[in-house]
Amino acid sequence: MSIDDKNVILEIDGLQTYFYSSEGVAKAVDGASFSLSKGKVLGVVGESGCGKSVTAQSVMRLVPSPPGKIVGGRIMFDGKDLTKLSMAEMRHVRGDRISMIFQEPMTSLNPVFTIGDQLSEMFMLHRGMSRKDALDASVEMLARVQIPAPRARAREYPHQLSGGMRQRAMIAMALSCEPEILIADEPTTALDVTVQAQILDLIIKLKEDFGTAVEMITHDLGVIAETADSVVVMYAGRVVEQADTVELFENTLHPYTRGLLDSTPILGRRTAGKFEKLNEIKGMVPSLYSLPKGCKFQERCPKAMPICSEREPQLTEINDSHAVRCWLHIPH
Amino acid sequence: MGPRERPQFTTMASYILRRVLQGLLVLLAVSFVCFCLFRYTGDPVLMLAGKYATQEEREMVRHAYGLDQPTHIQYIKFLGGALKGEFGKSYVSQVDALDTILERFPATFELALVAILISFAVGVGMGIVVSIWPKGCVSRILMSGSLLGISIPTFLTGILLVMLCSVYLEILPAFGRGDTVQLGPWRTGLLTLDGLKHIILPALTLSSYQLAVMMRLTRAGMREVMGEEYIKTAWAKGLSPAKVILKHALRNVLIPVVTIAGLSFGELIAFSIVTETIFQWPGMGNLLLTSIFETDQPIIVTYIMLTSCIILFINILVDLLYAVLNPKIRYN
Repeated sequence: MSIDDKNVILEIDGLQTYFYSSEGVAKAVDGASFSLSKGKVLGVVGESGCGKSVTAQSVMRLVPSPPGKIVGGRIMFDGKDLTKLSMAEMRHVRGDRISMIFQEPMTSLNPVFTIGDQLSEMFMLHRGMSRKDALDASVEMLARVQIPAPRARAREYPHQLSGGMRQRAMIAMALSCEPEILIADEPTTALDVTVQAQILDLIIKLKEDFGTAVEMITHDLGVIAETADSVVVMYAGRVVEQADTVELFENTLHPYTRGLLDSTPILGRRTAGKFEKLNEIKGMVPSLYSLPKGCKFQERCPKAMPICSEREPQLTEINDSHAVRCWLHIPH
Repeated sequence: MGPRERPQFTTMASYILRRVLQGLLVLLAVSFVCFCLFRYTGDPVLMLAGKYATQEEREMVRHAYGLDQPTHIQYIKFLGGALKGEFGKSYVSQVDALDTILERFPATFELALVAILISFAVGVGMGIVVSIWPKGCVSRILMSGSLLGISIPTFLTGILLVMLCSVYLEILPAFGRGDTVQLGPWRTGLLTLDGLKHIILPALTLSSYQLAVMMRLTRAGMREVMGEEYIKTAWAKGLSPAKVILKHALRNVLIPVVTIAGLSFGELIAFSIVTETIFQWPGMGNLLLTSIFETDQPIIVTYIMLTSCIILFINILVDLLYAVLNPKIRYN
């Protein structure tokens, strides 16, 4: 891969996060490996349940436990394995050095505290500021995410802000301590289409300003095309394809990635006179409790071969900016 | 924010006004019931003039108390008196009924206050413990204990406490209010050590049910709130468990708990009859019971009217408190 080792800031290596329930063990993440480079945007794509959010929660050590548990692998950050840190040590990483924004700006801010209170908390906690200084810093931060009349807004409660404004406030909060990594878990999914682009532009602009690396989790390849430098495609808790963004779109190898691309609606296709149905990936995401032997995608794969149900392929480098986990492209 | 605040204030004021008007309607209904009780349960003349009065004496009494006038005139007079706080004199002691009750009010109020404080503080505290360590030994004991608290009737709790603390251990007095201090019109037992010792057992008895309710309410609330997105955000900020639980979660949990606490405070004031009787507590409940035995109707009627007022007043107060705790209510 083209990743210069010096620039790697976060390296996930063979991560396994399992959930234990009465129905059995759900291997939500099973041997996922990828890395994040300084100041770059890494897109992580996949359908719901593919393990992309659980991977992010594992990095933050926010996997609800029980039932969830990180059972294997390493998450290397700044020379330390995050999976080995104590909760007290982890608290200095969270928010300060790695921070996270969530999908639902409606519910991810506490409804009973003002925006200013919730932002100030970051400065008081990680920067040891006084309440007054922290509030000033918060107002400044709100201005940086282009919230109009930031001082008045700081006094308001979350429900008084629109969805887009709330997500801006969340971004302000996440970036307030200038973290090295920002994990954005579907940051635009719950927003109006018109607001989505603004929020993405804002994240990219602030990323440049702060030099933050971004892990952009999404199911929307459009978001990836707009923002990401490189992409990781996940399926059933594994990385199935990994490439630089341009390479991925121009030279799509994995049938699952192909399926995701083909099922993205293209504006104007129907009005052009061709009443094609939207392509979809047939079948459903398999239950994590009963994954097939061999390649996990074989049952839905239009190009499945006999070997696919026998042995699981490994993630294999095709060229220095592209790796894929598929027997079509791996000699066997 | 100046121009925005005015309409919000108006909404709040009109809301309170509406509640007060509703309250007045309820009071009117209560007064009618009281009047009927007063007028039609037994012949008040018989009560007033005595069994052995002659017909002439009875007519004199009937006339003197206006009992010979048409019913609606009597009701209007009753209402007029009630508005001025005149409910007539006790049949037994020939002292003004309202004065008699108000003299007993501080004792009942203090008992209810201490009881509600105990059940709120201890109940919420235990509720938090139980929700954080649901499988711990202490939690299991507390949860079973709360079932006892809910299901054991007050008189039994009282008698058991007296047996344990007064008879066997001999550490706390079993009856009476102890030494009191007169503060203006208010006679308090909370400022003397003896008074405090005396209030412990009755307050514990009175609080046992509410305590169990608050604990279960807090536990249910905590379980719900701890799964909310904004709690995930709070963890992701790097906050300590104490901050996440006692600040971010508890503030949201307390909204319904405070409401219940407020409402039950009114009930405790009005219905502490059993507890007051067990502990010979010189409060309104004790007085009511005696008055029922003696068919002292002015006292009974005054008691009902007064406690209705108190409960309505507390309900409105709780509404206001609810608005303070919940910013959404404040502005909508």
